[in-house]
Amino acid sequence: MGWFAPKRSAASAKERLQLVLIHDRTDLTPAELILLRDEILQVISKHVDVDSSAVQFAVEHDGRSQRLVADIPLRSVTRRRAE
Amino acid sequence: MTAQVITLASGKGGVGKTTAVANIAVALAAEGSKVVCVDGDIGLRNLDVVMGLENRIVYDIVDVIEGRCKLRQAMIRDKHLPELYLIPAAQTRDKNAVSPSDMVRICNELRPDADYVLIDSPAGIERGFRNAIAPADRVLVVTNPEVSAVRDADRVIGILEAEEKRGTALIINRLNPALVKQHDMLSAEDVLDLLGIALIGIVPEDETVIVGSNRGTPVAQDPRSRAGQAFRNIAQRVRGEEVPFLDMDKQPGLWDRLQRMRGRK
Repeated sequence: MGWFAPKRSAASAKERLQLVLIHDRTDLTPAELILLRDEILQVISKHVDVDSSAVQFAVEHDGRSQRLVADIPLRSVTRRRAE
Repeated sequence: MTAQVITLASGKGGVGKTTAVANIAVALAAEGSKVVCVDGDIGLRNLDVVMGLENRIVYDIVDVIEGRCKLRQAMIRDKHLPELYLIPAAQTRDKNAVSPSDMVRICNELRPDADYVLIDSPAGIERGFRNAIAPADRVLVVTNPEVSAVRDADRVIGILEAEEKRGTALIINRLNPALVKQHDMLSAEDVLDLLGIALIGIVPEDETVIVGSNRGTPVAQDPRSRAGQAFRNIAQRVRGEEVPFLDMDKQPGLWDRLQRMRGRK
């Protein structure tokens, strides 16, 4: 690894393993996760106005359990009226 | 006496399960426990050579299961430690010669006369692994700080959780402190964070381990070996004692190296 490399290999190993283990444990592929995200957004959008550009959607691990964490910012009504 | 049955498993092959079984067994027996090792790798037996007992084998575990000998006759006594025994795997048979209930039966027969029964699981998560974990009171998962070994360890831990096995703990084997220091190897903390289970030992990469296998004398008997010290510490933790983890940053000093050179002559 070169002197100017931004990241040492241990950090890549850990990052890659974090993703692989989540998928191994949940049997959820990245493509399925995107599908899930889009469907959830569709449902929410029926009721409130969602800022879809700022949505965060990920499976996080906490010890040996996984959780689906979604951060979905909603557009405020007042701002919508002002537009 | 009611023995605790401990299985060492890893998923991935070549991470050092057999070496770990031999060393932990030697360390436990050297402290006065009666230990029986069982080689669960039918068709690919290796625990006998690592322990240096390959010339003494008459009967194996399949002979016991199929009634050709008594359990006692298949127990080979160690050359140095009178309270250490090995039940070898069969070399010319396959894993289907043994069932999980056979393993449970053999271990139940061993329990009254031993302190510890250590089972060396084969690699993989199929029949041989299932046989090896069936009688286990606890499983120690062996891994290396390396992507494929950690991934496979996670699979094994997942299966043990599904089987509701208790007391599962991790052995991180072959950690290279210099590589960790330059951030080119996963640290013990990284591996624990990824796998989310308890730690029972960190064994540094150490060339004395290969020398020990070559000679058939596990390094746990060598007071100068760093890996040997790590395995002795694991044995103490298996007994329920609190032992601090080795300081991996401490390189062997000049004095240690001189002692080692003297020991080799």
